[in-house]
Amino acid sequence: MDIKSIFRKKSEEDRMHRRHLYYSMVRRSWSIVRGVIIAGICFLILYPTLVKLSVSFMPEQDIYDVTVRYVPKSPTLENYKTVLSAMRYNKAFWNTFKLSTLTSVMQLISCTVIGYGFARFRFKGRGVLFALVILTMIVPPQTLMIPLFLHFRYFDVLGIISAITGQKGINLLESYWPFVLMSLTGMGLKNGLYIYIMRQFFRGMPKELEEAAYVDGAGMLRTFGQIMLPSAVPAMVTVFLFSFVWQWTDTFYSSLFLMRTDVLAKTAANVSNQIMKDLSADIGVDIYLSPAISSMYTNTGSLLVVLPLLILYLFAQKLFVESVERTGIVG
Amino acid sequence: MRGTMMTDKALKVAAAPKKKKRRGLNLNRKRAMMGYLFVLPFIIGLITFFLVPLIQSFIFSINKLEVVEGGYNLLPVGLSNYNRALRVHATYARDLVESVLYMLTNVPLIIIFSFFAANLLNQKFKGRSLARAIFFLPVILTSGVMLVIDSGDLLQSSLGMTQTDGQEGAFRAVELARLLLRSRLSPTFIDYIISAVDRIYEIVSASGVQILVFLAGLQSISPSLFEASNIEGATGWENFWKITFPMVSPLILVNTVYSIIDSLTNSSNVVMGMIRDTAFASNDYGLSSAMAWLYFLAILVIVGIVVKLVSKVVFYYE
Repeated sequence: MDIKSIFRKKSEEDRMHRRHLYYSMVRRSWSIVRGVIIAGICFLILYPTLVKLSVSFMPEQDIYDVTVRYVPKSPTLENYKTVLSAMRYNKAFWNTFKLSTLTSVMQLISCTVIGYGFARFRFKGRGVLFALVILTMIVPPQTLMIPLFLHFRYFDVLGIISAITGQKGINLLESYWPFVLMSLTGMGLKNGLYIYIMRQFFRGMPKELEEAAYVDGAGMLRTFGQIMLPSAVPAMVTVFLFSFVWQWTDTFYSSLFLMRTDVLAKTAANVSNQIMKDLSADIGVDIYLSPAISSMYTNTGSLLVVLPLLILYLFAQKLFVESVERTGIVG
Repeated sequence: MRGTMMTDKALKVAAAPKKKKRRGLNLNRKRAMMGYLFVLPFIIGLITFFLVPLIQSFIFSINKLEVVEGGYNLLPVGLSNYNRALRVHATYARDLVESVLYMLTNVPLIIIFSFFAANLLNQKFKGRSLARAIFFLPVILTSGVMLVIDSGDLLQSSLGMTQTDGQEGAFRAVELARLLLRSRLSPTFIDYIISAVDRIYEIVSASGVQILVFLAGLQSISPSLFEASNIEGATGWENFWKITFPMVSPLILVNTVYSIIDSLTNSSNVVMGMIRDTAFASNDYGLSSAMAWLYFLAILVIVGIVVKLVSKVVFYYE
């Protein structure tokens, strides 16, 4: 081995080493940049909620105090007490809980079944029907608002009810029936999206699974129930969480069909008016809240609306994030 | 008649294949029947809670609806409700155009941001599941009533919470503007970037579902594609444009359509609120229906155009 080749080898090694160093430096600096970006976006997302949280503990004088920005001087729970009673929280919570659970379970069932039908069976008009699923997403619910309202005010199935009772249908408003009926038929809030998610999921599953089940003599219903459903759990978790959360914070359908029933989303939107009314009734003189105070009450109310959802998310988060990985929603 | 044809055929064709063919046909028909059974709930819902109300709403829009004891009366008025919505109503036409313009500026940013975020969240790093959990949080934090409360809120703007009116937000954008002006880009483009920075919170908070969709798409790309291209010596940059981008491009279409609909029909949209109030606060059902139909048609046209345009860049693997 002569000196030249030793040198060449050395420089070769040196180059490799330098290259390695260069790449590891690029990687490290990228991981720093990435960390900064992600931390920044996380902060951006959390910041408004954190401010709401800190303001919700402030007494009135702290809100006007310019020296107080984030940390209240004399933290108080008084705001929460006022807001909880004005929102009629216990009652509204249970109403919302019942409504959201009922609708999201039903939407989950109907959208899973419908999605499977679109994904795995060939029949005439499938394309047209699926296009109509997309159309139900595009049409603003406001377009259907008045007819639906009248539909449930004078509810009737092909004139049968009016033939029996002799009246113009029955009034289903102020009950959960409109929600049940619409959820079971895949027409609830954003159900087009859920049908789409379930269809994409089932389409991505290997056909061999079902074929094997058929060969083993399982019927179509049994194949669906015992083979497909257990593997569809990740997508179903996604759909369930979406529908639960969106029903929980929805004001559109709940104020259309349940005008006199207290649900959290409605009482939170109205909380500062309610506090004003309560105060005026107590004292007997009309009282007006200053904009800052009424805003504080509304924000505290909105925190109380999402609090149960955040707790739910905390528990379901792992399942949800994992489920995303395996949902495979592909267009 | 049919029976005789079948027997004629049966004479010509051997018994075994015929039997097999008939069984196959039956199975197909049976599967089609099962398909109808599975989507039957949707068909029922579609007719009773969608198509009938949609047509009814159109009928209301060309009538004057009067609520009477135990029902309502319709007086035909032709297209005058549409005329009132577009020409007479003080703000309808303007608000409609404004929400469409707002949507057109926001949606590209939402798509770009959510694609970027999904790529970030798809990489391996410490605390990834926490970051993912926080990135999806806006789905909860800005849904339904939350959006309504946040959009017209005093405290939030005075504390600069959403960085739209706050001093910090404005300050930052000014610095950025100075930097960009030096780069000699076109002023319209600079304006767009600056407005994007100002509305960063809106964009981030409207991207939850889209990030989710992109992330699921990224994860469904087969790793063997990347392995093959790495062996060929492709760089990360090339991998991104030659593999990742084409593979998730169908999702760009999905997300664009979703973002458009979400932006135009969310609970804090001005036009949506106006349609509601016209019906239930001023009891003008005919006008409200006409507004709703015009809005629906506008959305339909926009979605149609966008789907046409975006479909050109979409690549379908198969």
